[in-house]
Amino acid sequence: MTDIATYNFAYLDEQTKRMIRRAILKGIAIPGYQVPFASREMPMPYGWGTGGVQVTASIIGPDDVLKVIDQGADDTTNAVSIRAFFKKVAKVAVTTETAKASIIQTRHRVPEHPLTAGQVLVYQVPIPEPLRFLEPRETETRKMHALEEYGLMHVKLYEDIARHGRIATTYAYPVKVEGRYVMDPSPTPKFDNPKMHRSPALQLFGAGREKRIYAVPPFTDVVSLDFEDHPFEVQTFDQPCALCAAENVYLDEVILDDHGGHMFVCSDTDHCEKRRADGHRGHLAPETHLASEKMEPAQ
Amino acid sequence: MEIAAQSIEGGFADPVFNAQTVFRAVMDAMARPGSVQALPAFARPPAPLSATAGAIALSLCDNDTPLWLDLTLQAAPAVKSWLGFHTGAPLANTPADAHFAIVANPAEMMALDGFSQGTQDYPDRSTTLILQVTDLVSGAPLLLEGPGIETSATIAPAQMPRHFIEQWKQNGQRFPRGVDIILATADSLACLPRTTRIKTMEA
Repeated sequence: MTDIATYNFAYLDEQTKRMIRRAILKGIAIPGYQVPFASREMPMPYGWGTGGVQVTASIIGPDDVLKVIDQGADDTTNAVSIRAFFKKVAKVAVTTETAKASIIQTRHRVPEHPLTAGQVLVYQVPIPEPLRFLEPRETETRKMHALEEYGLMHVKLYEDIARHGRIATTYAYPVKVEGRYVMDPSPTPKFDNPKMHRSPALQLFGAGREKRIYAVPPFTDVVSLDFEDHPFEVQTFDQPCALCAAENVYLDEVILDDHGGHMFVCSDTDHCEKRRADGHRGHLAPETHLASEKMEPAQ
Repeated sequence: MEIAAQSIEGGFADPVFNAQTVFRAVMDAMARPGSVQALPAFARPPAPLSATAGAIALSLCDNDTPLWLDLTLQAAPAVKSWLGFHTGAPLANTPADAHFAIVANPAEMMALDGFSQGTQDYPDRSTTLILQVTDLVSGAPLLLEGPGIETSATIAPAQMPRHFIEQWKQNGQRFPRGVDIILATADSLACLPRTTRIKTMEA
């Protein structure tokens, strides 16, 4: 025996996986309800997606293809380290392409490319309780969910209107799932809320520090809370992506210099790269640079 | 074969990956009610426990989950010792204490409201029922609607409990409380989570 003992497949022990799997099944059966689970310590700090990592570790199999995004990007620290983690402990195939992934773990974005049936989107959730900042006591918020007493949330949105003339909540915008539970869609921009509504993909939410798992099955109503005279609206951008000229996508502001120079680019890096590969050019796309690169091998 | 040998043999050949495959089939079936997930026979439990029901128990049950068996299964000591050896799950004294219940003879089973329904505060503390049925095509057709179903889905499980449609309606009215059902045939499974509504078919 020269083999060094290794981790169990996907890091977690089997009893932990069974416990999380049971919680996932209950979550799917009660859409939007936060199922308590015995969250484990993971080899990364709370806040780095320990909830999402535990959910992914419990569902992933050797045939899965994993994509991990952090604010839409495949190449930021959180995404790279979680992808490397699963490459190491589960030896699964990884990808950055949304369409090729069977499991997509995400920190705060829904990919721009439409999801399909059979895909699973795993959200990393910091604070799963949508009522927590309105009512700090768990005993009370639990009772509010039990009694479907969500007046406080409407008061909060109303106060937004009274102060700002509009609902000023832009991320973690509360939704009602299948007409029953008010749910925190995790700190995704409200731009992504409509994508959760009747999505063909299964959506799982894991909050490691807060020890909650919840789920939205495919083709489930996810309705953003609003008022008749102040209907829910998503963010709009008055210019397209500076690199790929995409419209109707979520854009990040990038600071270019210390003189106020800035540009808006796609938050979803995979979507932006695909579009540029297809020949779409934004007004700040480095066209000459790219062109010279392409010329080089010919010379 | 002796009970001692029967209770030891027939577990997962590859516990980690078999359990993952079975769970994914159950998860996909639960997320898409009415869809039928094929499942190879990973476990060989003693009769009358079926291979699929046995595999589901192995992948989801352990010493944290009291398990209730119907009269048919209770009468088979080999089944009890097999489940005990492979899962470590304690047997529940009453259906209302059970996290999981395996029913080998659903046509004669007790009412759904006899199982744990969870509470309004913790609706997840309810029983998940594993019903052994011969197939999902020869019974009365059930037209399904609800979360996980794009428009509608149909399954026709055989040997369903008496007055099932009426019982299921009442189960849905208790939402968020209520039981969830996994239907297990010899080589496939389908799920009815508590959110699924059965539309009664005309004619």
